[in-house]
Amino acid sequence: MKTTMTIDVTINGRRRRLDIAANQTLLEALRDVADLTGTKECCVVGECGACTVLVDGRPMNSCLMLAAEVDGMAVTTVEGLETGDGLSPVQAAFLDKSAAQCGFCIPGQLMSATALLERTAEPTVEEVQEALAGNLCRCAGYEQIVNAVLAAAKEVRR
Amino acid sequence: MNRFEYARPETVAEAVALLDEYGPDAQILAGGTDLVIELRNHWVEPKVVIDIKRIPELAPAIVEDDGVLSFSATTVMADVVANDVVQRYFPALAEAADVVGSVQIRARATLAGNICNGSPAADTSPPLLVFDATVVVAGPSGVRRLPVDDFIVGPGKTALERGEMVIAIELPIPEQGFGSAYQRLTRRRGTDLASITLCCGVSADGVTRFAYGSVGPRAFLVTDDTGELADPSVPVAEKAELIDEVFHLASPSLKSLRASPEYRVAMLRVLGARALETAIARLDKELVA
Ligand code: FES
Ligand code: FES
Repeated sequence: MKTTMTIDVTINGRRRRLDIAANQTLLEALRDVADLTGTKECCVVGECGACTVLVDGRPMNSCLMLAAEVDGMAVTTVEGLETGDGLSPVQAAFLDKSAAQCGFCIPGQLMSATALLERTAEPTVEEVQEALAGNLCRCAGYEQIVNAVLAAAKEVRR
Repeated sequence: MNRFEYARPETVAEAVALLDEYGPDAQILAGGTDLVIELRNHWVEPKVVIDIKRIPELAPAIVEDDGVLSFSATTVMADVVANDVVQRYFPALAEAADVVGSVQIRARATLAGNICNGSPAADTSPPLLVFDATVVVAGPSGVRRLPVDDFIVGPGKTALERGEMVIAIELPIPEQGFGSAYQRLTRRRGTDLASITLCCGVSADGVTRFAYGSVGPRAFLVTDDTGELADPSVPVAEKAELIDEVFHLASPSLKSLRASPEYRVAMLRVLGARALETAIARLDKELVA
């Protein structure tokens, strides 16, 4: 029985070949096999969003996926947000608006926010709240987080 | 999770052969939003997990053909919500799909998976019952079609037999005007399982269909063809007794932590009245348009 396998994934723009177990989640493979620990493990039932990554551009909970499922696909993690010139606009805005307290939920928040700005250049407060509804913040800095996303949207449009 | 083999069949026939060979030791993986949790908690311990997402026969997700809207087994909730035909003819289904989980969950969870898991709280089963959905099932002896009402059996139970899988869900596009609305009750807004899910549909010829879930072991469908419930000239407030009659079947689960039985039955009436009102208003708008 074949319970291990090799997958090819483009992670943050780089092609990677990973040896994984069939029963390994994408979250586990990212943290333990690809050594990318920016993506956080928290509830592991799809409720908190700390594990959010982009799979082919769409935000998904990596705790609810098997690593095997992303074979041949593109995954973006928080480590992939930085550009040549430093922090991405969303990251910079989170810093600027003091949106991070303990910081644990932030990688997931950043991924959901980044995906939102990809599809909606000028989101309303309600659209930001809906886009981030799957990302809980135990420090409850929701106001600052929403403000940061709105500020980032403005910055991107400039 | 236990150790298992991951299979990625390229045809429905291949998937069916695996399902037939492994029987209860096989699990289908579509969105995985329920399955991965079940695997992690050892509620299921399959020998093989069959990922059906790369089967070309199951794409594209949503197809309209000859008065029928067909959703393949890999159609995710976000696709359901965004589809124009769904919004035009099946607004209650769009509403139900839109409250499932979060953006992340709706990008992953499938419509077919929602009914296959047989949860009494499945958001989409009431609208599928009201719209008279047909479930298309592939198995070792070919393809069969059955009404969703026969497909959903009880908690965690469906009519699927060994070797069988859902390949599509079909909705007949209403020929005459049809208004529908969805309502749900949760402890809190957002990512939560519902205590009550309810859908109401009213057709131009005066038939009212109510389907409601999570008050009993499965979602129920009740039909009123006297025309009294649908009558737009009588205010919904005056139909309280009729609505009560519709819900006399309700048998809330005593074991549920999500709301007490008395509360659920009381709320069922409230949500039922609201859904009826919206459905009648939508039908009215459609007939004028
Ligand atoms: S860890 Fe994945 S949603 Fe909470
Ligand atoms: S900053 Fe602490 S959980 Fe969000």
